[in-house]
Formats: sequence, C-alpha cells, structure tokens
Amino acid sequence: MTDKTVSLPEERRHGSFIKNNLRNYGMLMSLIAIMLFFQVMTSGTLLQPLNLTNLVLQNSYIVIMALGMLLVIVTGHIDLSVGSVAGFVGAVAALLMVTYKVDYTLAFLICLAVGAAIGAAQGYWVAYFKIPSFIVTLAGMLVFKGLALAVLQGQSLGPFPPTFQKLSSGFIPELLPEAGTLHPTSMLIGAVLALGLVYASAKSRAREVSHGIEVEPYAFFLGKSVVLAFAVLYFTYLIATYRGLPNVLVIMSVLIALYGFVTRRTVIGRQIYAVGGNAKAAGLSGIKTERLTFFTFVNMGVLAALAGLVFAARLNTATPKAGLGFELDVIAACFIGGASAYGGVGRVGGAVVGAMIMGVMNNGMSILGIGIDYQQVIKGLVLLGAVCIDVYNQRR
Amino acid sequence: MTAMLEMRNVSKSFAGVQALRDVNFSVEAGQIHALVGENGAGKSTLMKVLSGVYPAGSYEGTIIFEGQERRFRDINDSEALGIIIIHQELALIPLMSIAENIFLSHPPSKFGVIDRDQVYRRTRELLAQVGLKESPDTLITDLGVGKQQLVEIAKALSKRVRMLILDEPTASLNEADSAALLERLMKFREQGIGSILISHKLNEVARVADHITVLRDGRTVDGIDCRAEPIQEDRIIRSMVNRDLAHRFPERSAKIGEPVLEVSNWSVYHPIHPDRQVIKNVNFGVKRGEVVGIAGLMGAGRTEFAMSLFGRSWGTNISGRIALEGHEIVLPTVAAAIDAGLAYVTEDRKQLGLILADDVRKNITLASLDQVAPGRVIDDIAELKVASDYRNRMRIRCSDVYQETGQLSGGNQQKVVLSKWLMTDPKVLILDEPTRGIDVGAKYEIYCIINELAEAGRGVVVISSEMPELLGICDRICVMNDGAFVGEFPGAEATQENIMRAIMRNERSNGNGAARAAEMGGSQP
Repeated sequence: MTDKTVSLPEERRHGSFIKNNLRNYGMLMSLIAIMLFFQVMTSGTLLQPLNLTNLVLQNSYIVIMALGMLLVIVTGHIDLSVGSVAGFVGAVAALLMVTYKVDYTLAFLICLAVGAAIGAAQGYWVAYFKIPSFIVTLAGMLVFKGLALAVLQGQSLGPFPPTFQKLSSGFIPELLPEAGTLHPTSMLIGAVLALGLVYASAKSRAREVSHGIEVEPYAFFLGKSVVLAFAVLYFTYLIATYRGLPNVLVIMSVLIALYGFVTRRTVIGRQIYAVGGNAKAAGLSGIKTERLTFFTFVNMGVLAALAGLVFAARLNTATPKAGLGFELDVIAACFIGGASAYGGVGRVGGAVVGAMIMGVMNNGMSILGIGIDYQQVIKGLVLLGAVCIDVYNQRR
Repeated sequence: MTAMLEMRNVSKSFAGVQALRDVNFSVEAGQIHALVGENGAGKSTLMKVLSGVYPAGSYEGTIIFEGQERRFRDINDSEALGIIIIHQELALIPLMSIAENIFLSHPPSKFGVIDRDQVYRRTRELLAQVGLKESPDTLITDLGVGKQQLVEIAKALSKRVRMLILDEPTASLNEADSAALLERLMKFREQGIGSILISHKLNEVARVADHITVLRDGRTVDGIDCRAEPIQEDRIIRSMVNRDLAHRFPERSAKIGEPVLEVSNWSVYHPIHPDRQVIKNVNFGVKRGEVVGIAGLMGAGRTEFAMSLFGRSWGTNISGRIALEGHEIVLPTVAAAIDAGLAYVTEDRKQLGLILADDVRKNITLASLDQVAPGRVIDDIAELKVASDYRNRMRIRCSDVYQETGQLSGGNQQKVVLSKWLMTDPKVLILDEPTRGIDVGAKYEIYCIINELAEAGRGVVVISSEMPELLGICDRICVMNDGAFVGEFPGAEATQENIMRAIMRNERSNGNGAARAAEMGGSQP
C-alpha cells in the first residue's frame, strides 16, 4: 500500500496534496484575502507602517489569551472569565504600582501569580469536581468583574511607571546606526528569523526524506518557503520603517513559538489533545486527565494576567471597564481558527490567524468608518461562516 | 409460497468502490432470513438500500415488496410499509422512560395533548409482547442492554410491522438475553412477520434461521435453505471468507511457566452504591505463557474485576493483594498499573479504547509516549517507525498510519488498541471481549496474536461472552457469577454445558442472582 502512494503520478500527488492541505491553509488564505480587501478599500492605509504597528499593539492581548484559550478548548472546556480576570489583574497591578509604589518587576510577578491562583481556583472545580467549565467560569466572570470594581473603587487608576508602560508601548532598542526611517536592528532580526524558518523547515524535510517518509512535493515546499520568507521580510520591513519591532510583538512571537512547539511536539501537548479527544480512553491509557485539565486552566489564568498587564500598560491606566468582552474575541479567534467545540481539535497557528482575522476586520472597518453597530454584526456573521465552512469541510 | 420481499440485481457503488454487485435477495412472509458475511461484505449497505437510507436512483436494481415495485425516497417511505430496521447502536434516549421512548415520534394524542392513559396501556401491551415485565415508567438508563434491545423491538412493534431487520441484535447481549431475543423472533415468525437477521454468531443463526444468505465482497455467494438441509457451520464460514478454516482457532502448544499475576482476597464495592459489594473476596492467578478465560453472564462482575485491578479504574473501597512475579505491589493509578506491566484492553473500544478522531500512529503510542519522547519532546520519526512497525506486525489494514482510526473497520480498530498495549510491553494482558463485533477472518487473526503473546511468556486473561471462543483458545477457564468465581476448568475438560451448569447452580443457590445480574448490567460504566 505504501508503494502505491509513492508511485502515484506527479500531478495526482499534487492534486491530493492540495486537497489535504486546503483545510490547514484555508484560514490563512482567508486572512490574506481579508487583508487584501481592506488594503484596497482603505487605499493602502491598512498596511501603512504606523497602522500595522497599531494593529499589532491593539491585538496583542487577544493573541496572548487565545494561546491559553486554545488549550482550554482543546481539552473540551471553555473559559468565559478571561476578560474579567485580565481587567482584575490590571486593577491589581495599578493598586500595587500606583498606590503602593511596589517595584514594577515584583508587581509584574505578583500579578502573574495572581493569575495562576485564579486559574487554579477555577480549574480545581472543573477538573476535580467535574463542574461544567461554562458554569465555573461564568461565575468567575462575575466575581472578577466585581472584584476589579471593588479594587479600583469605581475609579480609573494611573499612570503607571514609565518602564512598565514600555511593556506595551515600547520598541526594541536600536543598536545599529539608523538608516533614514529604517530601524536596522529590527530589520536584521526579521532577516535572521526568515532565514531561520526556511533553514529549519528545509532541515526537517531533509530528515524526513532520509527516513523515506512521504513529504510534500518539492515545488510546494519551495513555494511555501519563498512566500513565508518574503512575508516575514516584508512585514518586518514595514514595521521597521516606523519605530521598529514593538516589545509586545517580541513577547507574542516567543509565546506563539513556545505554544506551537508544546502542542505539536511534546508529550504534554499530545496528552492534552488526547484528553480532549476522548477523556475516558486517555485516562485508561495512564494519562492523568484531571491534572492536565487543571493545568490548562492555571496556564489560562497566567496568560489572562499577562494580557491584563499588557492592556493596562497600553492604556497607561487601570479602568473598571478594562477587559470587557475580551473573552468573546478570544473564543471567537479560536473557533475561527478551526478549534472544535467538542474538544481534541485545534492548532496554535489557527488561533493566531483567527485572532488576526478579528483584528484586521476591527481595524479595517474602523478606518472605513463603519459604525461599531455594524462592525459587531459583520464579526458575528464571519464567526458563524468560518465555523460553518469548517464543519462542512470535515463532513466531506 | 411467494416472496414477500424480492431484491433483484441490486448494485451500488461509492466513489468507484463497488459495494454491491447484482445481489439477489428474497424473504418470505413468516421467514427468518439470516444475512451473514464478513465486515465490509455489503450487509449493511444492502439493508440501507432496502430501508430507503439510500434513496431510489442511487442504486441499480429493483425492490419488490408485497407484489409491487417500490421506490423509497427515504426511511419514512419504507417504514410506512412496515419495513422496520433496528440498528446495532441503540437509538433510545437514556433519561426518558420506556413509554416516552416507544412513543417518541407519534404519541397518541387528542388536540396535540398526549393521551397518557393510552400511552401506558399500549406500552404495557407492547412490553408484554416482547416479554418485558418492567413498568412503562422505568427510565432506559436503569435497564440492562438486553432489555434495552427488547424495548427497541417493542418500539418497532408500535408501528405496523411487516418486516423486521435486526442488525447484530445480540452483539452486546449475554447468552441468556440472546436466547430470549431469538425466542421472540420465532414468535414473530408465527405471526407472519418476515425477519432479516444480520449476525456474526453462527450458532444463533443455525438455531433460528429458515434461510441463510452469505454475502462476500458485495455478491451473494451462497444460499442455504435450512429446512431442506442440515446447517454446516464450516460451509458458511468457507463461503464467507473463501478460505478453508478447518480450524476456527489456531493450534497452540502451551508452555506454562511460573505464576506472573496473583490476586488474593480481592474485594470491590460499587462506586455509586457503596454498600453493594460487586467483587466478593476473590482469588485469581495467571502463569507465564498461560491463556486464562473468564466466562460468565453479563453483569457477573468480570469487567468490574478487571478494571479494579487495572489501577482502580472502577469501583470504590477496593481491598485485597496483588502480586506480580512474586512481589506484592500496590496499583493506585492506571499509570502505576501500566508501569508495573499490566495492560487492559477494554470491551468498549470506541468509548474507552480509542481516540477515534486521532490517527493510527497517535493511538498506538498514547500509553507509552515516553518511549518515543526523550526529554518529553516527541521524536516524530521514531514515533512513525514504531507505529509503522506495529502496523506491519499486526497487519492493520489502513492507507497509512496517519489515517483516522474512526475510519477503520472494527477488526482493524481492535488491532490498533492491541498495538497500543503491546507497546507498553506488559507482563499480563487482560483482554475484555477482544473479538466483539469483529468478523470471522479478523477474529482468527486476533486469536493468533493472543497465542503469540502467550508464547512470548506473557500471561493473558481473556474475558468473553462467547463460550466457543473461550473453549477454543484458553488453557484454563474460570467461571464468574455474581462477583465470585464459581467454577474452574482446565481447557481440555471445559465444555459449554459444564460452564453453564456452574453458573446456573450458583444462580439457583443465590435465588435472586439473575435479577441482580441484569440490574448491574445496566449500571456499568
């Protein structure tokens, strides 16, 4: 049987390869289409360096939370409390740094610990008491929204110390002499990243070939690598001509790479998918399903806290309204990115692309002057449409 | 006698794969017509054509029912004529009562308000017809699988039935329930209802069928009129698999060594009703290279016993001692049991054994990821090699190891589950109903694998409700009833009769044993 697949005529192999991978790349294609659409409609404003930088800053906290939410959804659960938790942690951060003048590093760590504790408290009920996560986190949503109000006493609290603000509004320092508007350090990092990505995928392909594993056709591999390298270079070039790479983009990229690796390549990642795919079978295979579920909630709490800090630093103030409705964007990002509501299915890349689709649409529609009313209508329809397409593709 | 149903030259193909080729099939009124064949032979496809699941036009050939050519657009059309199909997977709603389930789609009503008196009266009549004494108010979830099957038949009878199609009705039933169901089928025959019985269990087919049609690769390959000639199981099997199975079980010369697993004074209580002792201070042992069978009725406590041993994955308040290779050990979790060298292959591979949406490779390595993940990072090439290796060794038929396990046939799924447990390199394997819902050819392969495992010096425990299977492959058979072992026979001395006798003797001395057994069957995990 293996022989048969290898000796398929080249065209048929290409055809089946495209078919098999359409699903994986479908959402990426949609993102590109949406970006092109808004690029044309806004007569080029979308991809202007300033706007692109803003786009990154505006969506960083959604992307960060989507990484945690993806794991929660993959285990077959949901976390409705992330927006409230982010808001509450922002309030705690303001209380510590503004009111009590705590050192920002220490405050930062305390805030992450608070997030972990909140995640643990919610995860405990879900994992060990088997209370539906929808209910536990709905309760958490109310509790932490209320606590944020209580901590802030209904007022806004700020401003934050300037170093802390850099978390969100800072850019990586320029080490090389500037060339006009271009920031060479950022450009260099982008170039190294592009080369690194191409090198890594070439190496892994060569390794697979040497073990006689069927790989994607060479033309596809080449095309994919060129497009990827070009996209990374072009993106960094645009960003580098404004103020260079934002700090938060660096944090985000590192987290995306880390979670991508954990979900695809590690034992714990594989086990999380197994729990979501069939918890009973996973348990009978020796996987500690409760503990894994618990840790996905702890992880979600930490990332929600980080997102809360990023958001507070961006606004430079903690407000009782911070985090309102974030959970909806985050959950939508995961589902648009192909995660299954039944658990066991979903990719980090998908969730990131999903978050970017939501972000580009928000940004593009705002530039076009579409009111907040119809923006919501359109976003809702896009979510429904994306999931419908996904379900349809799965049935085929 | 003229045929009630005639299917002429039926052909059907899916995306280039010919599922049925020129099949001719006819059933007379008051006939039990058995349809046998390996999995994938086309039995279910043929029944779907008949019941209108595949609408007229999507297949070639003609269907003549009660003298007229019929073109069913969907299942409602065939039901209206009294062709009722009962699927292998029961379609009852667990948290509704028997009465609500029976009259789910068309409850008798006045002005849209359900007429409860009539619902109850008719439910009682229908239950009496199928021989159930339960109250119409009983929830489905409180019934054992055997009784659920009877409710499903009662539901079918609430409609106008001319022809009943049963797809593997006894696959999950024990001997007693199966016998009761077949008894019912023979009653229907007297009422002139035609029945089509799809079954892998040839002894049952031999007992009740008037006519047997054998399908292989989408063709009718044999038709046997049971009233005219004696039934030869070997002939049926030969037609089904087109190979001479002189022996349905592989030969084996047992080389039995030291004891590998010894369990003493093992006691387990029910997780939901903690005052009920399910396993009653039993002793049990397996030696190296030995295949031990555990026989018993459903609800005897066999699965509960096995799962409680396997890292306490069933039951509460578990006590007793386990020794592995002479050393006493404690197995508080499944992970500990796997590490110690125990493996449990579940009876319910879809719910408890596999992650159906995941591919073959991920399922095989799931219980022993550490072997392919140095430093907790999975080496995907090592993993692929291990998985492909098992695929070849176990002859798992799949396009490649990246194929979803949900798409495989029952026999191949079972081989994936077995591969998963072999990879953990166990000293003792407990196989719970290892051939349930698997066709004859795949069964033989599973028996060969069991033999190889024993020959490699592992201890093998086989739990099975199919007695011929236990008799064919075990060196020793222990009989469990009502949570205790009530008999033990060396393989050479065991017969179906003395196993059944051991069970019945115990049932009588317990008095209410049967009722309790049925009760427990319904509350299994």
